[in-house]
Amino acid sequence: MSSVLKGIAASSGIAIAKAYRLVEPDLSFEQTKVEHADQEVQRFQDALQTSKNELEVIRDRARTELGEDKAQIFEAHLLVLSDPELISPIEDKINQEHVNAEAALKETADMFVTMFEQMDNEYMKERAADIRDVTKRVLSHLLGVKVLNPSMISEEVVVIAEDLTPSDTAQLNREFVKGFTTNIGGRTSHSAIMARSMEIPAVVGTKEATVTIENGDMVIVDGLNGEVHVNPTDELISQYEKKAADFADQKAEWAKLVDEKTVTADGRHVELAANIGTPGDLEGVTNNGGEAIGLYRTEFLYMGRTELPSEAEQFESYKAVLEGMKGKPVVVRTLDIGGDKELPYLNLPEEMNPFLGFRAIRLCLEETDLFRTQLRALLRASTYGNLKVMFPMISNLDEFRSAKALLLEVKEELIQEGVEVSDSIEVGIMVEIPSTAVMADQFAKEVDFFSIGTNDLIQYTMAADRMNERVSYLYQPYNPAILRLIKMVIDASHKEGKWTGMCGEMAGDEIAIPILLGLGLDEFSMSATSILPARTQIKQLSDDKMKALAEHVLTLGTNDEVIEAVKKEINL
Amino acid sequence: MTQKTFTVTAETGIHARPATILVQNASKFDSDIQLEYKGKKVNLKSIMGVMSLGVGKDAEITIYADGSDEEEALASLEETLKNEGLA
Repeated sequence: MSSVLKGIAASSGIAIAKAYRLVEPDLSFEQTKVEHADQEVQRFQDALQTSKNELEVIRDRARTELGEDKAQIFEAHLLVLSDPELISPIEDKINQEHVNAEAALKETADMFVTMFEQMDNEYMKERAADIRDVTKRVLSHLLGVKVLNPSMISEEVVVIAEDLTPSDTAQLNREFVKGFTTNIGGRTSHSAIMARSMEIPAVVGTKEATVTIENGDMVIVDGLNGEVHVNPTDELISQYEKKAADFADQKAEWAKLVDEKTVTADGRHVELAANIGTPGDLEGVTNNGGEAIGLYRTEFLYMGRTELPSEAEQFESYKAVLEGMKGKPVVVRTLDIGGDKELPYLNLPEEMNPFLGFRAIRLCLEETDLFRTQLRALLRASTYGNLKVMFPMISNLDEFRSAKALLLEVKEELIQEGVEVSDSIEVGIMVEIPSTAVMADQFAKEVDFFSIGTNDLIQYTMAADRMNERVSYLYQPYNPAILRLIKMVIDASHKEGKWTGMCGEMAGDEIAIPILLGLGLDEFSMSATSILPARTQIKQLSDDKMKALAEHVLTLGTNDEVIEAVKKEINL
Repeated sequence: MTQKTFTVTAETGIHARPATILVQNASKFDSDIQLEYKGKKVNLKSIMGVMSLGVGKDAEITIYADGSDEEEALASLEETLKNEGLA
C-alpha cells in the first residue's frame, strides 16, 4: 500500500531508496549485586575506553567531513566521558554499594541529566541530551548490545528514526545514506541543521515515520516539499527519478555561483538577499551565497511561547544575526503580528477582518512598551553589524513619522545610559498597502529605503483575501495593476537617491525576475534556496532588454498576457 | 595553595567551547583545581561541573590550584581566559 507522510522540509533534495530503521536498541537491565567490586569497576572502565575510542573515530571523521564546529560536539562528549565528577561517583557506587556498573552509571548520569534539564537556559537544557547520548553508548557496551552503526551500512538507504542524535548523524555514511526522515524535530533542530550541512535530503517532524515505515519499504524523501512517499507506484518513482536528476544537475550549476556577485549579462549588479526567521537560518544563507538579509521576520521570537521575549533575549538573537552576516546588510522587520499571526498572550479581541485590522505597526504604535523593548534590543545590537530597521504595514506618512520618532527617542535614551549605538542605521518601510505605493514619492523624501511585500500588496490591491480559496484566482502577481504600483515605488526611491527591495514570494519567481530587473529593482530577497537559481537566471538576462520588456508589459491588460509576453522573451 | 580572582567579560559567559578548552587545559595539571562562583566551588577538570555553574557576563570567579604544579597551572589558565576573550 502506498502512502504519503507530511513533515517539515529540513534539507533540500530528493532521495529514493529502501528504508533502514535506525531504532533505539533495547538498553533495559536489572539492578544486581556484584561480588567482586574491583572486577565490576574494571568492566566499567573497559566499556568507557571502548566508547572513547569510538568517539575519537567519530570526532576525527566529523572534523574532516563536517568541519571543526561539528567536531567540537564530539570533543565535548569525550570530555564528559573523562569527567571526574561523573566517573568517580560511579566507581564509588560500585565499590561501596556493590551494584552492577549499569545501575551505577544510569543512576549517576540521570542525576546530571535532571540537573541540566532543570536549568532555565536553553543551551544548558541541550547539554542534558549530550549526557544521555554518551551514557547510552557506554551502557550499550556494558550490556554487549550492538550499538547501531549507520556508518556500517553498505547499500543505498533512507534512514528512518524517531530523532537523530548528533553522533548518529555524523556516523551516517554519505556514500550509502541517501536521505532521512524522523518523527520529531523542526527546521532548526539538531538533526535538520546537520542534514543541511551534510547536504542529505531530509524531512523531519513526520510524527509517525517509524510507525508507518518498515525495514526494506521503498521510500521517497522529498526534501523540497516536505513529503515522504512510502511504497510509491512505479510511475511516481520515475517522476521522482527525473526530479532528482534535474535537481542534481541544477545544483551542480548553481554551486559554481556561490561566491559570485549577482550581475546581469550587461553588467548591472543587483543584490540577492535571503528571508530568515531565526539566527539558525544563517547557515543556509551562507551556503547559498546570500549577499544580505533582506527580511528578518522577528515575530518568530514572539511566537510559540506564553509571554513576551525580554530585551536581553531579543538582543542575543539580533546580535547573532548581525555578527553572522559579517557586515553585510541585515534588514530587520519590527514585529508584524495580527492578521493570520496571533499571539494568545496579548489577549487581543477577535476581529471580523483581521487582515484589515489591528496588526503590525498599528499595534506597535499603541502598545509602545512592547515596541520600545524591541527597538532597544535592536539598537543595542546595531554595533555588531550593518543593521537596517524596517516598519511593516505602513499606510500613511504619520505612522512612519511616529515610528521613527519613537526609534530616535529610544536611541537618545540609550546614549544617555552610555550604550553605544551605530550612527549609520537606515530606516525604511514595507510597501504592502496600495496607499503607500501611490504616495511613494512623498515617502521617498523621508525613508532610507522601501521593501515591497508582494503577498499583502497583491491581496490589498486586488481586494482578495489570500486565505480564501474561492478568490485565489485573483491572486495575480503579474497583473499590470501590481506592476504599475511596483514601478511607482522603484521610480520614487531612485528619484530621491534611495533604494527599493522586494521581500515577497515574487522576488524569487522566474517570471517576475525579468520584469523586476527591467523596472530597476535594487534588491531581491527570497528564501535562501531560491538565491542560486535566481542568480543563474539573472546572469543570463540583459538589463537593457528587460527594461524594454518591462515597458512593454506595463501596457498590457491582464495577468496572463504578461506571463505570455515574459515567456516569449526569455524562452521559458 | 594559589588563587586568583577574575571578572568574566565575555558576553555569553563561560559556555560551550570556552568551557571545553578551560577544562581540557586544567586536566593537564596534577594539582587540584577548583572554580568558585557565587560561593559554589566545582572541580575545574569537570566539564559538567563548570557548565552547571552557569557563569554569565560580569561574574566574579576565583580559581584555586593546590598541588605540585599549582603556580604553572594558574598561569596557564589565566592565559586561556585571556586568549579566549573570557576575562
